[in-house]
Amino acid sequence: MVAWTESAIAIAGTKVHLTRAGKGPPVLVLHRDIGMIVGSHFLDELAQSAEVIVPHHAGWGRSPRAEWMRSVRDMAVLHRGLLAELGIERAALVGLGFGGWIAAEMATMAPRDVAKLVLVAPMGIKPPEGDILDQAIVSYIDYARAGFHDQNKFNNVYGAEPSTDQLEAWDIAREMCFRIAWKPYMYSQTLPHLLGSVKAPTLIAWGDKDRIVPLSTAKRYVATLPDAKLEVIENCGHCVDLEQPGRLAGLVSSFIAR
Amino acid sequence: MHLMYFTEQPMSAYDATEGLKYGATALTFSNKHFDPAAGSRLYGQYLEQYIYAEEVGVDGIMLNEHHNAPFCMQAKANIFAAVLAGATKRVKIVMLGNPLPLAENPIRLAEELAMIDMISKGRLVSGFVRGGGQEQLATGVNPAYNRERFEEAHDLIVKTWTVHGPFRWEGTHYQHRVVNPWALPLQKPYPRVWIPGVISKETIIWAARQRYPYIALNTSIPQTKQIWKLYDETAAAVGYTSGPENRGYLARIHVAETEEKAVQNAKQFMWMQGEFTGLAHPVWANPSGYFSPSGRRNFVEFAVGRAKNPRGNPTFEEQRADGMIMCGTPKQVLPRIRHLLEETRPGILAVWGNDGNVSQQDSMTCIRLLGQEVFPQVREWAKELGLDSPFEADAPVSIAYAKDLTRPVAAAE
Repeated sequence: MVAWTESAIAIAGTKVHLTRAGKGPPVLVLHRDIGMIVGSHFLDELAQSAEVIVPHHAGWGRSPRAEWMRSVRDMAVLHRGLLAELGIERAALVGLGFGGWIAAEMATMAPRDVAKLVLVAPMGIKPPEGDILDQAIVSYIDYARAGFHDQNKFNNVYGAEPSTDQLEAWDIAREMCFRIAWKPYMYSQTLPHLLGSVKAPTLIAWGDKDRIVPLSTAKRYVATLPDAKLEVIENCGHCVDLEQPGRLAGLVSSFIAR
Repeated sequence: MHLMYFTEQPMSAYDATEGLKYGATALTFSNKHFDPAAGSRLYGQYLEQYIYAEEVGVDGIMLNEHHNAPFCMQAKANIFAAVLAGATKRVKIVMLGNPLPLAENPIRLAEELAMIDMISKGRLVSGFVRGGGQEQLATGVNPAYNRERFEEAHDLIVKTWTVHGPFRWEGTHYQHRVVNPWALPLQKPYPRVWIPGVISKETIIWAARQRYPYIALNTSIPQTKQIWKLYDETAAAVGYTSGPENRGYLARIHVAETEEKAVQNAKQFMWMQGEFTGLAHPVWANPSGYFSPSGRRNFVEFAVGRAKNPRGNPTFEEQRADGMIMCGTPKQVLPRIRHLLEETRPGILAVWGNDGNVSQQDSMTCIRLLGQEVFPQVREWAKELGLDSPFEADAPVSIAYAKDLTRPVAAAE
């Protein structure tokens, strides 16, 4: 059982809430668009060998919304400022889905500063084939379920009938996605041009049954990032950390320790 | 009393069973079911209805727009307004309204409206709306900034109409290097602005603060009274007394020569499966960020099917019983209209006369009976009850032009 602690840091006129645990090299985990599960098996595993810091994105979870924020790059700058406030240099960045986009943006901002970059089915660039699933036209539960290949895993994480609190959190999260990633939806047209300067060794992990971000996107990330390798996880959907937590934690821990 | 005719301009020539099969009649319901030949015919019929409505004595034609849906064929209300500006002589052309947040360039809207006002020789009423949730999705406009865009676009348009250019606009959602359109409204200080809506508190308060008439769209009598309570309180707080000239109401009223025929046609008000804006997924109608955070909890439950539709899906019979749909011969509907007038005291009444598959002949009969047998009596009663329209009351176009305020105008901002 990992003891997660809660704290908050004032930054950019707002407050960013942090959930953290573990000892070891610092690892900043950027959560996905539908929020994060504190104490998920994946995070617990990761905290066995690293100092895991999970900021709640501004407007998600316990962090208040920053009304001025207009782009995912703004969010990346905010998290960069957070690292500076925490006095952390050379953190490893682990980005899950939407958080992967934020991590990739952060890596391009100070290309030598990131120790390791882990992108798990990241949004952020336009898929060469297919489109990123548009959450605007599906219900909260249908969107969250689309992140899972195995629906039993969804039931285990969120319950077969997610609570009203959870639905409300998803609606708030969705509103934030609209506020900062509405158009183009969930990708940047400039990010691919900037990824080439990232120095960090990068692990890209992707479920082969991802219905949110097409797997084709992985190839584009691998082709653009100078030092990236791809791990495709079989029979797994978009939420790799929730569907195959042990497998992903193993991959990430050994990649960071390398 | 200002009496208007309204039709949603239904695209009634598609097979309604296709919508039921698909499970939606909006946003993603394929336009392969749209038949342009039928569309062309229907546009002609709707134009014929408007012109006839002027002939039989209505004061105004109410226009609106929607996107990606069969229930309304107007994708751009200004197009029909422009047609009517040339094709009619006397009626007010009442936009209820242009969806401001959908405008990427509000100056363009200000120009179009100024042209309509000039071509119609000053007959434009330029209502504005936020646009339904589906409209944001259909046009790719961010629903999370809907209200901000509505207010900023409004401020920019009013400035464009009232302050000579060139000037520069550096706003939050709109930036314009040179605002200086060579088209300005004929009406001064600017065309009247009426704000239609349902029960969104924020919009009611905003309209009352501007002193713009609010047009309640077929709300129940108790809801309508709540709207006027909030409007009146807001008006008092900013220093004026609101009255019938601030109040409009859209009623669904179908009249025919016989009750049987009227009921048969009025059932077509249920044509969109009982929903005003078509059968649609709740998250289309209320995309995240579009609606008031105070309603979030109830909404999410509705959106996943755990709570009933807040509107309750009343049947035709229920709606007829409580007056949400009025139908019958003119003699039969008049008492219900009298009741509505007494209870809610509007100075503006829009009649939504026909929907769905009502034949052109029956639609025209309805318009004739409204003009010849219903409206004259309504006008009499309006006089008796003191229900003056904004024109009759010579109400100021907005609070900025009021001379009767009990507080300085700054209080309204």
